[in-house]
Amino acid sequence: MKELRDLARQLLTDGTVEVVVGWQSSARGARPIFVDKPEEADLLIFDTRCVHNLATYLNPRRKQVTDLGKLALVVKGCDAKAVAGLLREAQLTRDRVVLIGVRCGGVVEEFDAPVPPEISAETIMPRCYGCDNREPHLVDHLLGDALPEPPAPLLSIEKRIEALEAATPEQRWEYWTAQFAKCVRCYACRQVCPLCVCERCVADKSQPQWIETASHTRGNLSWNVTRALHLAGRCVGCGECERFCPAGIPLTLLNRKLQQVVEERYEYRVSDDPEVAAPIGEFRLDDQQEFIK
Amino acid sequence: MSEEFEPRITAFVCNWCTYTGADLAGTSRLHMASNVRIIRLPCTGRIDPLFVIKAFERGADGVIVSGCHPADCHYTAGNYHARRRFALFHDLMAFIGVDAERITFSWVSASEGAKWRDVVNEAVANVRRVGPFTAYRELIDQSVSADHPLDDEVLAAAAASAPATSGDSKTGDGA
Repeated sequence: MKELRDLARQLLTDGTVEVVVGWQSSARGARPIFVDKPEEADLLIFDTRCVHNLATYLNPRRKQVTDLGKLALVVKGCDAKAVAGLLREAQLTRDRVVLIGVRCGGVVEEFDAPVPPEISAETIMPRCYGCDNREPHLVDHLLGDALPEPPAPLLSIEKRIEALEAATPEQRWEYWTAQFAKCVRCYACRQVCPLCVCERCVADKSQPQWIETASHTRGNLSWNVTRALHLAGRCVGCGECERFCPAGIPLTLLNRKLQQVVEERYEYRVSDDPEVAAPIGEFRLDDQQEFIK
Repeated sequence: MSEEFEPRITAFVCNWCTYTGADLAGTSRLHMASNVRIIRLPCTGRIDPLFVIKAFERGADGVIVSGCHPADCHYTAGNYHARRRFALFHDLMAFIGVDAERITFSWVSASEGAKWRDVVNEAVANVRRVGPFTAYRELIDQSVSADHPLDDEVLAAAAASAPATSGDSKTGDGA
């Protein structure tokens, strides 16, 4: 923690960056903070409550953040993958941001806590299980000690996908339509996503109106399927969409399913290396086509 | 339900291969099912998965997506891009439980009028078997799925007992 604060103070004092974006402690867990004065650097923390993906502040849709000038951003491995996604798609230039990487041992789902909770099977964020990037590579500074691998959650994302795939198509249809029925079309999933970068979302277009705007289940299905597909091969699995969803739709199941598909079909895993091209927009002559007659 | 169900099928086809192939099927006077409405697009690369979703919303019971064979694309690579996009769409629709019979993907070249006939006849037969897609259109009625037993708790129970009940999904609804 001290090295994080010292580094932030130094970056602000010598004018390398205008703002350091990280987390601070509050009565209701950790929350994002923009530090723009060296004396405020001591507010910065990193612990198991730092669940938020701060890379969303680099999304070009957030003009108010762009206007702040050069940023330093504290990133976990998953956040670094999202930054790499923005770089890969030319939504960000590398010199606009100083990346302060932190080694991560998983974050907790219940972050409504004034002190950092222990990582356990009950508390762990399901997406942290099996994380392949607990030490981010795409960084200018790497802080913290190596932490032990997070434990398996009570119910992993893979197990839930397996349970759905073991069910009949009719059961899956009923499951997903019941989930989509809950959607209120607040688009929080889109707003919080670091990689939903379109200036004008297809869901907001009215002529023609591709996605029905009324929040009935049919329009909700169209929106949720489209959102998942637009992130296929890009989603870093940070799970912020599901965490922000006020209706509790299990969006990570859709995202993870598509991650599995691109891994199986195109041997692609999302990494924090911006030089590796994403699978959509690329192709191979011998791509699988068993589903085509 | 005395009348036989006649499927409505929307076909999204590329201008250069499948549309010309379908034209050939017509000028060759091949007999085929007349349930298909063709929408011609410049290339399979122009076909967004949202087109398919929109077709279902507007009353299609099935959809055909067809274009040039790999290496034959008029624009060099449009069908390769489409192939990846539709692989993802195909797998995602299966995951949310849309019957695979409802969406047919095919490559039909300009000279394959007979193949187009077969693709159409097969798609119509498949959709006829699975029936009208009213389940999709009726999603507009909120009451259909306000409450459903296969919620997360049941899913959690299913996951916990997955090894025991796998391969016997028909009787696994005791929860």
